[in-house]
Amino acid sequence: MKKIKALTGNGAASEIMRQVNPDVVAAYPITPSTQIMEDFSQYLADGKVDTELIRVESEHSAISACVGASHAGARVMTATSSAGLAFMWEVLGVAAGLRTPMVMNVVNRTLSSPINIHCDHSDSMGARDLGWIQIYSENANEVYINNLIAIKLAEKINLPVMICQDGFITSHCVEGVDILEDKDVKKFIGEFKPKYSLLKDNIAIGNLALPDYFYEIKMQNVIAMEKAKKEFLRIDKEVNKLLKHETGYFEEYKLKDAKVVIVALSSTCGTVKSVINELRKKGKKVGLLKLRLFRPFPKEELKRVLGNKKIIVMDRSVSLGSDAPLYIEIKNATESKDIYSIIYGLGGRNIYEKEIKYIFERALNNKLKKLEYVGVRK
Amino acid sequence: MKELAKKEPRFSSGHRACAGCGFPQIVRTILASTDKKVVVANATGCLEVVSTIYPFNSWKTPYIHSAFENAASTISGIEKAYNIQKRKGKIKEDIKFLCIGGDGGMTDIGFQALSGALERWHDVVYVQYDNEAYQNTGVQRSGATPLGTNTTTTPVGKIHHGKELMKKDITRIVAAHGIPYVAQASLSHLEDLSMKAKKAFETKGPAFINVLQPCVPGWKIASNMTVEIAKRAVESGAWPLYEVKNGNFKLNYKPSKLRPVKDYFKLQGRFKHLTEKEVQIIQKVIDEEWKMLLKGNYWKVKSY
Repeated sequence: MKKIKALTGNGAASEIMRQVNPDVVAAYPITPSTQIMEDFSQYLADGKVDTELIRVESEHSAISACVGASHAGARVMTATSSAGLAFMWEVLGVAAGLRTPMVMNVVNRTLSSPINIHCDHSDSMGARDLGWIQIYSENANEVYINNLIAIKLAEKINLPVMICQDGFITSHCVEGVDILEDKDVKKFIGEFKPKYSLLKDNIAIGNLALPDYFYEIKMQNVIAMEKAKKEFLRIDKEVNKLLKHETGYFEEYKLKDAKVVIVALSSTCGTVKSVINELRKKGKKVGLLKLRLFRPFPKEELKRVLGNKKIIVMDRSVSLGSDAPLYIEIKNATESKDIYSIIYGLGGRNIYEKEIKYIFERALNNKLKKLEYVGVRK
Repeated sequence: MKELAKKEPRFSSGHRACAGCGFPQIVRTILASTDKKVVVANATGCLEVVSTIYPFNSWKTPYIHSAFENAASTISGIEKAYNIQKRKGKIKEDIKFLCIGGDGGMTDIGFQALSGALERWHDVVYVQYDNEAYQNTGVQRSGATPLGTNTTTTPVGKIHHGKELMKKDITRIVAAHGIPYVAQASLSHLEDLSMKAKKAFETKGPAFINVLQPCVPGWKIASNMTVEIAKRAVESGAWPLYEVKNGNFKLNYKPSKLRPVKDYFKLQGRFKHLTEKEVQIIQKVIDEEWKMLLKGNYWKVKSY
């Protein structure tokens, strides 16, 4: 049984956290993810959850406490954004290296400087190589669905998972969200059964590994990421039985017969779909590939569907001094020569339908440059 | 002490600490001061490096190392994970929690995490082994390095003569958090350390012990002199042994007459550059501090 609730993206994250009722949550407030922790604190105050909530003095301590709690046998969740994620950076790697099964909602916001509280993906893109699974959400509905997937995935593979949503655009926008009954969520995720615990087993965690062992230990993380890819699909299908949604590593929107395709992440995909509908009425063969799973990266699968199309990759972040991160990944996966990079939306600059239409039309007329910065004043 | 020595040590031999290093004894003494299970969170540093080289492990008690500056926040999560599992009947056993690090991990880079954890009142024993510099990385000065010390980042040269700033007094700073138990102890006085560790484990809420740990290569001392030097630090008043229990100060060791600080300094290479005049300045600082402590005037703010 499901019901529809009017929730923001943040509200969808705090709602699933309420239903999961994690053993330990450690967090530090930061815009635009703050509402998640405020809601959750209220749930605790009202007795709707019985979590041990640690109101730490920094994000560095938030993630550190989460890592400690997880290895002491607790189911752990947290949330952050931007500078908070950047401040966690060192311990993000520790969490993955120690094979910590935890879930973190990342509400995407740009990094300083200049300081700015609005959306781009520079925060989570900066953390993409640290061993976390990354799932991007188009809207509040997907935030809810992706959290369900993440909890099972994290605990199955023993890897930490980030669920990303766009700051303000998704986090502060109210939508109708399909919500499961509390008991169905509990049944779906089950009891947390850690493989070991500092409280029960005589173990040492976080040993020093010198060149004679380090590489083999790191390889286990490589293998775990490969396994996570398969598990994601399996769990995604399980969730689909409870909540119908577009399953898979990516959503294909009018992609099959498309000649020109945009590849994008998160909320921008909604805008792109709307433009596609309009252009399709005029007979233009355009489509969208909305990537959901960014880490591990579904390389072969992307190559299969994007193969011989004109590809436009839209990045909401820059890699200063090189090409943008999503573009590099897609180019590498497809080995395409007919591929174009669009950078847009930095620091919360809006992206409009007319701009996406313009991008599609220029691509259809073979006028798109290899790299274009859209929406920036000259 | 005889009773403690009979117990199976929870920190085994085979670790790779330097000959003459005191912290294995400090760790053994602390862990032997409770019969309960102890979960340890350790900051990056000498102790971590020498005791956990994969696939070996000296800890005969559950142990976690995460990073340099987050031992206190790591143990925060562990203690809370324990609380909820205990509350829900998933764990029956009484478990104690020990957070241990050097002066880098506690006084400097890990200070924020420590202060935050103290404010949150976790039921944890925090121990700093104070070897008065970043010894693990090759004797660089720390906030805990005392005035005049020769380190690799405060070297002695034609213009500068060692560290020109005072030691950051972490014990007083921790005590200012208003936690129920704070103490200073020394490698040289293990019975005193054990008494303090026992009290710390029995304290409900946060407890902190700062233990002096002379470092053989960092202090440029003979490896058979570690305990003797720690003893002279106590006897000279350079390292007073005391407790602050529920805000009440108690000096644990009061010699009728303090030993001159030069007796403490002369066995160490890190102070050998100091002139007679410089030693006298340090002696004056110690004398004034000692006068205050004898009066029980612990909270009087020092200014130099």
